Amino acid sequence: MADLSAQAPITTDGIRSAYMAMTRRRRLYSGAMLAIFVALMVAGFNLADSRNAGGFWDGWHNVLDFPAQVWGEAIEKAHELPGHFVTFFPALLETVNIAAASTLLGALLGILMSLLSTRGMARWPRMIPVFRRIMDILRAIPEIVIALVLIFVLGGGPVPAMIAIALHTVGALGKLFSEVNENASLKPVEGLQSVGASWSQRMLLGIIPQVAPNYLSYALLRFEINIRASAILGFVGAGGIGYELKNAMSWGQGKFDEAAAIFILLFLTIVFFDQISSYYRDRLTKGAQQ
Amino acid sequence: MSMTATADFKGEASRLFQRKRLFNFGLPAVILVYFVYIFFAFDIPGLSERASIDNARALVADSYSHKTHVLYDARSESIEIAIEGERKGTYAEGTAPDWVNLTETGMVAQLGRGHVVTYEGDWVRYDIPEFGVIEARPSRSGVEMVFPQGDMEDQPEWINASKNRLAVTTDRGRLTVTRTRAELFKYDMGWELFFFTLDSPFHGKGFGELLGLAVSGDPVRPEVSNIAAMWHDFWNNAMWRHSEVMWAVFETILMAFLGTFGAAMLALPLAFMAARNFSPFMAVRFGVRRVFDFVRGVDALIWTIVLARAFGPGPLTGALAILLTDTGTFGKLFSETLENVDEKQIEGVQSTGAKPMQRYRFGVIPQITPVLLSQLLYYLESNTRSATIIGAITGGGIGLLLTQAIITQKDWEEVSYYIVLIVLMVMAMDTISGWLRRRLIQSDDAGV
Repeated sequence: MADLSAQAPITTDGIRSAYMAMTRRRRLYSGAMLAIFVALMVAGFNLADSRNAGGFWDGWHNVLDFPAQVWGEAIEKAHELPGHFVTFFPALLETVNIAAASTLLGALLGILMSLLSTRGMARWPRMIPVFRRIMDILRAIPEIVIALVLIFVLGGGPVPAMIAIALHTVGALGKLFSEVNENASLKPVEGLQSVGASWSQRMLLGIIPQVAPNYLSYALLRFEINIRASAILGFVGAGGIGYELKNAMSWGQGKFDEAAAIFILLFLTIVFFDQISSYYRDRLTKGAQQ
Repeated sequence: MSMTATADFKGEASRLFQRKRLFNFGLPAVILVYFVYIFFAFDIPGLSERASIDNARALVADSYSHKTHVLYDARSESIEIAIEGERKGTYAEGTAPDWVNLTETGMVAQLGRGHVVTYEGDWVRYDIPEFGVIEARPSRSGVEMVFPQGDMEDQPEWINASKNRLAVTTDRGRLTVTRTRAELFKYDMGWELFFFTLDSPFHGKGFGELLGLAVSGDPVRPEVSNIAAMWHDFWNNAMWRHSEVMWAVFETILMAFLGTFGAAMLALPLAFMAARNFSPFMAVRFGVRRVFDFVRGVDALIWTIVLARAFGPGPLTGALAILLTDTGTFGKLFSETLENVDEKQIEGVQSTGAKPMQRYRFGVIPQITPVLLSQLLYYLESNTRSATIIGAITGGGIGLLLTQAIITQKDWEEVSYYIVLIVLMVMAMDTISGWLRRRLIQSDDAGV
């Protein structure tokens, strides 16, 4: 105690004033940060507004015009809506199928990539950075880029969308999976290795059972995201409900009942799969805790 | 332990094994069946008919090489040399790339490895080593052709000859002659005119030469220094439009930034209303949560369409579409975070006589800031990708440029350039957001 007080006389007043100074400084910094942030937001919105075809202040009271129009026509032709639902159901099924197939493909490849890029599990430890970079690049390319290029080569339809989403999914899930892998115990792998198991046997029997619930939970979340992506890709020509929506929109006024039917179908589908996936994800994570 | 108990255990264990075995074989089988279904539902056997190998070849070739057209127009009897056949890449009259020699009556093009194409008057000659000379002439009645041996019909397959058209494709270039024109295409590596267009005095100079010019005193153009002139010529490159492209990238990032942070600002107060431990009214909680579900469920695609009707295409529409969708996502995430806050800290603040606002400020905000910031920054990166996609639909940013370039179906070098830019942009945002996440969260742990 004597040593301490000899170095710097600590009094309550000293502490108090130092603390107040620190608080003031911190408040000043956070105030400045906040001011800069607000200025950036305002300037950004003004800039975006000036570069938009129509301005925000001219357009905001029209925001509800289009939904009102669609809604009005949907109400007017309410008796035709069930018919439209039936008409567009195959397209919806295609969209969901694109999402499901690409999630499955992407998850399977993602598992492989994640195992190859996790320390302690990798088949070729020197190649870990290579596989990581591949996943980074796959993750960075938006689906629409691959889809548009593939539509040019392979023609329209669900296949380009499936490949595009699957590739992105490999990157996204691969990263999440490898984070899961890092927390897995390596003891079963060592045990299996000691009895002469091959790499695929070690992974399949030693790692996968440990991490499967987490994998599944991430894959379900991805499936949710991929349904949205597959609807968007349809809009640029890859088939499915998005394509039908684009057509329905281009018919223009008087045909908006079809657009309304598609809006409703799409909305219900997204909400439905969101609910299912969040229910199962909840169960998977809660189950893991017990 | 009695014998019956052991038998019970054994039975249970073998049932468990059986179930596991069923699962282990059943799951792959189900996946396989599903893929078989997809194989036929997506008509993958018919893919080979729809796929176009020519398109793929053009795409790949264009993405790393460019071609120069040397056109002879029989009607105006003039020669025009243009890179990619574009007006912006046309050589001024009397000038030509160094492999073309302009002559009084036409030109001589050295394609390398002994391949020579000559335009002389209205005669076109292609001298191919180890094959001979092909001569052709455009005329009203059809293309006149002379082959080293044989007739039109018995030429090798890289020569495509008919009455009105001759096409010769070799590994050095391609020559087509029709009734009105002759055109030679020469392929070269690299993206053409990426830095300077033909009208710039800096075109065709090497890196060292440019560096020398940059530091040397005498300006190529009076009034401006060489560096400024170089920058001006590069930035306003008519072929690659660097300034426009950079603006587009900036617009895309702007959309992501405004959308993400705007959504966070909207979602935070709403999340308090939706969290069980902060909102005493069940009805309010229920209502706000349904709003979150609704804006999330409607999805960015539909929001984009709806908003584009009101505001027209542009970055604002994209930013608002992201803002609306993410308000739902953030609202849900934030309210879950709020429900998990530690009550002790709030009680502690309350015990010093803090009012409700102060309780939130000092009891809640410091607890949730790291979590919220990390989620926000994660979404900033993912929204950069969404902004590219939304831009492609609504018409703004780099997404729009990309779709436009793809629709023309010939500027694949531009498509590759945009793809590279997009990947770099997303990776940069990923790096920045990761760096910020580490900095902010660490300093928060140490400080507050």
